Amino acid sequence: MNNFNHYYDSETTRQVISVIVINEHNVLSRIVGLFSARGYNIDSLTVAPMSGTEYSRMTIVTTGDKRVIDQIVKQLNKLIPVLRVNEHKNVIEKETVLIKIPIEQPLSDIEVIARAYNGHIQNVTEDAIVISATDEPHRIANFTNIMNKFKPLEVVRSGVVAMER
Amino acid sequence: MRITGAKMVTESLKEEGVEVVFGYPGGAIMNVYDEIYKQSFFQHILTRHEQAAIHAAEGYAKSTGEVGVAIVTSGPGFTNAVTGLADAYMDSIPLVVISGQVPTTIIGTDGFQEIDAVGISRPCTKHNYLVNKIEDLPRIIKEAFHIAATGRPGPVHVDIPKDITAELANFEYPKEVNIPTYKPTVKYNKRQLKKAMDAISKAKKPLLYVGGGAILANCAYEIRELAEKLNIPVVETLMARGVMGHDHELLMGMLGMHGEFAANMAAHDTDLLISLGARFDDRVTGRLDEFAKKAKVIHVDIDPASISKLVDTNFPIVGDLKVTVQGMIDSASEMEFNDYSNWVSLLRDYREKEPLRYNDSDSVIKPQWPIERVGQLLGENAIISTDVGQHQMWTAQFYPFSYPRQWNTSGGLGTMGFGLPGAMGVARGNKDKVSINFTGDGSILMNIQELMTCVEYNLPVINIILNNNYLGMVRQWQTLFYENRISETDLSVQPDFKMLVESFGGIGYRVTTKEEFDTALNDAVEKKKPAMIEVIVARDEIVLPMVPNGHALNEMTLLGDSNE
Ligand SMILES: Cc1ncc(C[n+]2csc(CCOP(=O)(O)OP(=O)(O)O)c2C)c(N)n1
Repeated sequence: MNNFNHYYDSETTRQVISVIVINEHNVLSRIVGLFSARGYNIDSLTVAPMSGTEYSRMTIVTTGDKRVIDQIVKQLNKLIPVLRVNEHKNVIEKETVLIKIPIEQPLSDIEVIARAYNGHIQNVTEDAIVISATDEPHRIANFTNIMNKFKPLEVVRSGVVAMER
Repeated sequence: MRITGAKMVTESLKEEGVEVVFGYPGGAIMNVYDEIYKQSFFQHILTRHEQAAIHAAEGYAKSTGEVGVAIVTSGPGFTNAVTGLADAYMDSIPLVVISGQVPTTIIGTDGFQEIDAVGISRPCTKHNYLVNKIEDLPRIIKEAFHIAATGRPGPVHVDIPKDITAELANFEYPKEVNIPTYKPTVKYNKRQLKKAMDAISKAKKPLLYVGGGAILANCAYEIRELAEKLNIPVVETLMARGVMGHDHELLMGMLGMHGEFAANMAAHDTDLLISLGARFDDRVTGRLDEFAKKAKVIHVDIDPASISKLVDTNFPIVGDLKVTVQGMIDSASEMEFNDYSNWVSLLRDYREKEPLRYNDSDSVIKPQWPIERVGQLLGENAIISTDVGQHQMWTAQFYPFSYPRQWNTSGGLGTMGFGLPGAMGVARGNKDKVSINFTGDGSILMNIQELMTCVEYNLPVINIILNNNYLGMVRQWQTLFYENRISETDLSVQPDFKMLVESFGGIGYRVTTKEEFDTALNDAVEKKKPAMIEVIVARDEIVLPMVPNGHALNEMTLLGDSNE
């Protein structure tokens, strides 16, 4: 009758969650602490103040089975400084990457590839160039993979921001 | 008028109507203690350990329904308090715990007695605050009391740096709380309640599964009314003892690992499990995929996160339990229900055929006996606390609890050392009742120093040690599951408990016969002084029934199965 057996279901899905929190002391560690104490995953986390309010928005990408995602949302909602939690269903996701490549690599190849990923050269010095790209997270992952063959000195990914369509 | 932060603390406690505070001073909190000295609104009880201050506040809160308050200093004072905070958090006990912190100028420098208190308390409090500005102090204390007592209750920690308690500012205690992000749902959703009621009306074997939330929400009497109105049997969790009253016809007993046969069979056979303020703890459910396997589930809870955390719920209802159960009673008046009397009598049969029992003996006191005996002699006149172990389970099984808040135990965390300080808080809050603490020879030594507090403040706690010379509960598992390898649970080397309590200025008794026990108990009750009755009990008794870890509730070991 009851379907408690679902407890053992373990099909993992990826979920983008945004959390609106009051800007106050400790709130980031509260959120992160909740994930670590309960053994939930954080794949990516971005935070920024929401302009004109006393709130910040956190965008968290996490993975887990249905029950885990459900608990994450409920447990987040339970935290006192949390105003709202959105489990995004239909979102535009964007991520930015900055990649520094030694100047001796073939610049024109790099430029062409970057443009294919909505990217371009940001800065050039005597030793290195920095390119950036902003795109969907899986495309950013591809882009970074490809760039690996140009022996990057440094790669910085921003984490995901998301907005409901 | 401009006053210091320290005075703001005492003024705020006064505004909250606090009548007693448990605590322990130290450098970082001294400004507050100076104000405590000057005021006369509340009593301060000096415990002898910070852990005990929190447990005492818990015992006070649990037995009176008020918010318990404790004050400790920074660093080691605070870290000592952490076990208490965790205990209160697990059992959803409303507390406000104030700690001193090193001055703001020193925070972050590894100063003397500095510790990241809010970092440590975060996972074991409902909420916590580090006060950064004196102007925030009154609001924070107001919020702390509000958060502790509303929604799913719990401990709230306020950490105040020393310079802030010395600073001056205008004081105005807020009349209202406004936290835009904190609005617990009180009123249930009507449509969900209707669906749940329809399910009850169609069920054949509905069962009320009642947890500690019923006590916290003060709705024991509504639950009795609902059960009686629909003629539905009830099982209680450990934390819900006292909700139905021990002699209620519809009560099928406590369920879970050491629950009664009838209660566990009821959960196994029910076709509609109606969970009221319970949270499907693993000590209750046994093997989860076998728990209430034939049932649909109605789950009422104030905490949305409790719903569907462990089991899928067919009918979730988020709301205050008292309001919701009242709503269920009201809506039941306009409905027709199946007749559940066959189901009730089946369970009553189980209860008669397989009651809770033990093999009593005349040559040695069985540990269950003093518990039953106190029940016969004091019954409703005692509020019962326990420590953790076999004696705790036997007390839950054999004491005749008749009303909510008569039972004070550490359920969620299972903290040895809870009993004596917990019972101390009970004694302070309930002067018309006898405060009994059933404890073990292991547990009592974990906060024994509190005998001093009991003596100083004349808190007449009667500690009854069921002395089996073992860490009994662990020994039981070693016997059953580790081929009797008694690793580090033999407590043959012991203090002279009678002398020990007497050296603190209390009364001590050591009893080996039933007659001696009666005499000692009567004497202790009459003298109204802190006391300790050491009862030498059968060494090898085990707690039965028992559902072995990882088994289903219907796979119980009963008394008849054991070869004792
Ligand atoms: C602080 C703490 N440490 C360890 C335990 C593990 N534990 C649970 S029951 C128990 C034995 C308790 O012995 P005693 O107080 O003598 O009671 P009995 O079981 O003999 O009745 C222990 C060690 C615990 N619950 N709490």
